Amino acid sequence: MTTTKRRFGHFGGQFVPETLMTPLQELEDAYEEAKNDPEFQQELAYYLKQYVGRETPLYFAERLTKKMGGAKIYLKREDLNHTGAHKINNAIGQALLAKRMGKKKIVAETGAGQHGVATATACALLDMECIVYMGAEDVRRQQLNVFRMELLGTKVIAVEKGSATLKDAVNEALRHWVTHIEDTHYILGSALGPHPFPTIVRDFQRIIGDETRLQIVEQENRLPDAVIACIGGGSNAIGMFYPFIEDADVALYGIEAAGAGVDTNAHAAAIHVGKTGVLHGAFMYLLQDENGFIQEAHSISAGLDYPGVGPEHCHLHESGRAKYPSVTDEQALQGVKLLCETEGILPALESAHAIYYAAEFAKARPADEIIVVCLSGRGDKDVHTLIEKLGGGGQ
Amino acid sequence: MNLQLIIEETLTKGDKAFVPYIMAGDGGLETIKPTILKLQQLGVSAIEVGIPFTDPVADGPTIEKAGQRALSHGVTLKGILQELTSFADEIAVPLVAMTYLNPILAYGIEAFARNAYAAGIRGLIVPDMPLEESSILHPALKAQGIALVQLVSLTSPPERVKKLAAASEGFIYAITVNGTTGVRAEFAENLPAHFSELKRHSNVPVLAGFGISTPGQVKELSTFADGVIVGSQIVAALEKQDWATIESLVHAAKKVPIL
Repeated sequence: MTTTKRRFGHFGGQFVPETLMTPLQELEDAYEEAKNDPEFQQELAYYLKQYVGRETPLYFAERLTKKMGGAKIYLKREDLNHTGAHKINNAIGQALLAKRMGKKKIVAETGAGQHGVATATACALLDMECIVYMGAEDVRRQQLNVFRMELLGTKVIAVEKGSATLKDAVNEALRHWVTHIEDTHYILGSALGPHPFPTIVRDFQRIIGDETRLQIVEQENRLPDAVIACIGGGSNAIGMFYPFIEDADVALYGIEAAGAGVDTNAHAAAIHVGKTGVLHGAFMYLLQDENGFIQEAHSISAGLDYPGVGPEHCHLHESGRAKYPSVTDEQALQGVKLLCETEGILPALESAHAIYYAAEFAKARPADEIIVVCLSGRGDKDVHTLIEKLGGGGQ
Repeated sequence: MNLQLIIEETLTKGDKAFVPYIMAGDGGLETIKPTILKLQQLGVSAIEVGIPFTDPVADGPTIEKAGQRALSHGVTLKGILQELTSFADEIAVPLVAMTYLNPILAYGIEAFARNAYAAGIRGLIVPDMPLEESSILHPALKAQGIALVQLVSLTSPPERVKKLAAASEGFIYAITVNGTTGVRAEFAENLPAHFSELKRHSNVPVLAGFGISTPGQVKELSTFADGVIVGSQIVAALEKQDWATIESLVHAAKKVPIL
């Protein structure tokens, strides 16, 4: 396969219908222009500071560290952003970009609903019309977020097709975009899809890693030994990793969702188990059968329930720069309890995968090592699932 | 049997090309043979054979549902190629496969090209593989003599239209609407100019597709296109085994006076 600027190694590309090629070119041109325009950057910085509440703290989790008895654990508190997750960084950025391009309508997909809520929020703020496609299964699991989007004036459309989760929501959002190309921008929520989306999303999320780098140097006077983030499509992870890629001494760990276990049929560990292929515009690792049909992913966390993984992560995996271990549903639940009990923080189920891994990792490392975990979102949205799985709540 | 030559033969006779789309295995693999044999008997120029896929983002609801039905029968690219090969000597028109890229990658590119040719496939349309990404398949297809058909959309700017028109093999698949496949009431206003531009830059026939559902539309588009591809309407008619509708559509492409 030929390598072009559209790729990360041989991953990525633009595997889309011809109708999208010109809009993608327009998006790339508009983005390059915006990126180099100080006025756009100032506007984005203004909203991130005054509206989202950045910068987010890099918090030393002292009790968790003590409990694990090993390396120091720091939490990058993306859960403290307005709307409760890192997704708003990208949603605001892309909504401002869409506005600059003269698009008045926004379409988006959502899994856990965090990206949907972030996009609905950005659209309310910037007075844009918004439609969000969401798998019917996820609508059920994430009712709170569905209601929040509706309150924000967004139309939420439940997708009943296929596995009725994130992959099917992306299909429908792409179809909607193809049909409404003239006045609509598609705010893709993860570091996925055709070029230039993986790059745009990464650039809007790299503020996570950029801030972390400054903060850890301020607090510890050095870079961390390891950086850990959960990975579905991979937007919080790539945002956290990207500023550290050239720092060879900083180990990078993206935590995939192992669901019921990577040796079962119910997981979302695309890098661990998948083979390369093409879906949603990109060449990447994919859960697929021998016929090239896409398989359903499974994870307790709706936000990780995707059968592929962003092309830049595929490249980081292949080059060996980052490692991609996995954490099961059960372990993620333990991660939720652990962080609640030691630090008084309820993490999103997605982030709990990273928390669990980081806690176990820290246990095995010496006390003078430093680990940073991206706490990508808060867990209020997951209380229904948690009540179901952990019991309690008067049930 | 060369895809471009067969279509040009139709045009020489004064007819326009008519290419029906079928979803292979809608109703089970065993429906493929009778459907293809009957369509070629009606005088179609070529047959577009859709391969079902789990995530068909370029397809509208009718074809997507047909694909889901085929998948529920366990239909795969491998099964379709085997079935076609089993009666390849009875196939009298060129087949044009339409498949998303991933099933070909999973099948193996070289093996696919070889086995597709043996199955009577002379053209290939990959809706999620634009020209820029086509180098991944093109050498293998070229070696076998399978034409790689390019889709041209209404949103493509003039420079791009030129590039696509020059690169397309067999014929040009000119998309007549923005969006996915499916029935539409109206076409864009600038279609005649769009088509004359395509013809100016191309050595292959220019066929219109997406949104064509009535004999009237076939005639309307045939005034400036070299022929039409009809998908959703054929798929819907085949599901009901409504051959009268199919016949009237095929007939509409015959002997259309050129304006």
